[in-house]
Amino acid sequence: MNIPTGRLAVWWVLVSEIVIFGGLLASYLMNRLTHADWADQAAHTNTWIGAFNTLVLLTSSLSAVLAHQAAEKGDGPKAARLLWLTVLGGATFLVVKSFEWTHEIREGFTITSSGFWSYYYTAAGLHAFHVLCGMILMIWVASTAAKNQELHRVENIGIYWHFVDIVWIFLFPLLYIAK
Amino acid sequence: MSHTSHTEAHGAGAAHADSHPPQSFFHKYLWSTDHKVIAMQYLFTGMAMALVGAFMAYVFRMQLAFPGMSVPGFGVVSPGEYNAMITNHGSIMIFWVAMPVLIAGFGNYLIPLMCGCDDMVFPRVNRLSYQLFFLSVLVLIASLFVQGGGFGGAWTAYPPLSSVAKYNLTPWGSLLWIIAVALEFVAFLLGGINFITTAMNSRAPGMKAFDVPIVVWMIVVASLLFMASVGPLIAGAVMLIFDQTLHTGFFDPARGGDPVLWQHLFWFFGHPEVYVVLLPAMGIVAEIMTVFARKKLFAYRMVIYSVIATGVLSFFVWAHHQFIAGIDPRMANIFTVTTLLISIPIAELCFVYIATLYGGSIRLTTPMLWALAFVAEFLIGGVTGIYLGASGADIFFHDTYFVVAHFHYTFFPIAIIAVFAGITFWFPKMFGRYMNETWGKVHFWGTIIPFNLIFIPMFLLGMAGEHRRIYDYTHFPDLALPELQAMRILATVALLVMLAFQLVFLVNFVLSLMRGARASKNPWNANTLEWTAESPPPHGNWAELPNCYRGPYEYSVPGRELDYWPQDEKA
Repeated sequence: MNIPTGRLAVWWVLVSEIVIFGGLLASYLMNRLTHADWADQAAHTNTWIGAFNTLVLLTSSLSAVLAHQAAEKGDGPKAARLLWLTVLGGATFLVVKSFEWTHEIREGFTITSSGFWSYYYTAAGLHAFHVLCGMILMIWVASTAAKNQELHRVENIGIYWHFVDIVWIFLFPLLYIAK
Repeated sequence: MSHTSHTEAHGAGAAHADSHPPQSFFHKYLWSTDHKVIAMQYLFTGMAMALVGAFMAYVFRMQLAFPGMSVPGFGVVSPGEYNAMITNHGSIMIFWVAMPVLIAGFGNYLIPLMCGCDDMVFPRVNRLSYQLFFLSVLVLIASLFVQGGGFGGAWTAYPPLSSVAKYNLTPWGSLLWIIAVALEFVAFLLGGINFITTAMNSRAPGMKAFDVPIVVWMIVVASLLFMASVGPLIAGAVMLIFDQTLHTGFFDPARGGDPVLWQHLFWFFGHPEVYVVLLPAMGIVAEIMTVFARKKLFAYRMVIYSVIATGVLSFFVWAHHQFIAGIDPRMANIFTVTTLLISIPIAELCFVYIATLYGGSIRLTTPMLWALAFVAEFLIGGVTGIYLGASGADIFFHDTYFVVAHFHYTFFPIAIIAVFAGITFWFPKMFGRYMNETWGKVHFWGTIIPFNLIFIPMFLLGMAGEHRRIYDYTHFPDLALPELQAMRILATVALLVMLAFQLVFLVNFVLSLMRGARASKNPWNANTLEWTAESPPPHGNWAELPNCYRGPYEYSVPGRELDYWPQDEKA
């Protein structure tokens, strides 16, 4: 087993993240299955905005992959530009989400409205927090990669970003599509 | 290992020594990335917290034995203070003593030294881990002094008591408590990732997976268990904080929540957690037993397979804590079976240790006494666990002092006996001096005998029906019988004796630190790599990093003049 140490550590971070989100989503699912009325609450979420955000996040993962490819070829500045593009995707995601949440809160659907909304804001909020952390780390990685330093970090932050993506792939149907 | 690569390793070693220049006091002790300094920080913080936890035990045991008395050094214990004491005694002893000392302290110290590398693979992450841990200590201590007092909902923090201020009356104490616990989890996640990757990627040249000492295996498996089990509780902690502060209803049935959900999230972590702290303790005991029996560890690979089996099984036993919480009785059947199954690999480990002793030339040094006591006392804890794991018996024993006694017969060997074994064993390596053996043995007997006198009465009290969460038994005529009260007084007096004998250890520790006889590199004639470094090892551990040529337990090999065979000695 000769996995580079940095990448190995990222995988172990993801293992611990999987159980954090796993515990939260399992709790949500168990409750959702026994509360038929949560479907009426879920009907108020905006599937189209959710779909748009899914598209944004998936596209940002593409540029993360391209950044990895550039880093493999030793082109740090190109990798950095592509990482900045990924950060832009994350920022778009968060801006759309903040407008969406503002709208929902104005409609009266707050975190205390019902069990569904508690899980909705907690799960999506925890995910958004991960997006934010990923963006901050990515800016840091991009600034070193631009100087052609520590290029292996481009792949590592990419792995993390894909994970954040995959979590959203679970959240989107569970929170937006299931009605 | 060919000769050429050996020379290369030497060359790399010379360059490596230059990369660790001397440091200022601030950098060396407060801002260090050296795994040994961080290990000491964890060790001493954990020992200081043990004193806090012990003080709490003293206060509430005095209240139980002599209700309403003014406890010397504390005063009259109010019901709220009593609750805060038992809650924080449990939290501190598990999260702020057993975890930092066993996993973080010994893990940090031993993994790089036993794997033969200069430091953890992520030294700065390691430092961050300790800093977060220290922050969690400060938050926890602060929680005891805020308005309303410390959290009093027991260390398991079941809602609604923990989530609704109207019920627990400690809005600040309960919030700070859960924040402290969450911070501590993050600290140990960072530490665990470091431990696992270091053991995977930084072993000495020639050290194969089955050449790694058992204690390192145990700490790595424990870190994996922690990492894979704590997630749901981190999610649960976020939900509990939201219930407390934003008044969501995750655990409130009136608002679509479920209080039993917390119990599942808590115990999904809480039960593997028992093995998270047990495994490093068992590893420490294994190292000591082979060294002082001068014999190869019996069935090395079987130990590893048993540990992995324990780890896997530990994820399927959690609901045995909830037999009377209203879970489906069919589920209780399943969890009874898994709980009884997990005793098999653990019993096997105990048998392996006994088989290691069989026919060995046993040396009864202080660390060996502690190691032997670990097996003997833990066995009592394990056997009484069978009663509680069987749902039929548990319905009667639940929430009685029988549970308290069982729990302490497992955790005291883990967090106290194995830790003393480890400290007395590695003291010469850590500080370059010997501890005093005579006073070590006085401390040993002064701890072990009172320990049994504290908790055997509790088994009897539990069987007599004494419920565990009562502040003053004189209010309950059935439990205020003179013979029951006599046992409570016996337990409290034994606790006082045991605490008094800890002074012997503290004095011995400090005096040996300053004036103990100088220890050589390898005072116990042991095989593992940490004994080939200087005592104490410098920053960077070795001037030339060692190579590894054999397994760690080649003691009394036939046809060899010496009865030990260091791992780095060329064949």
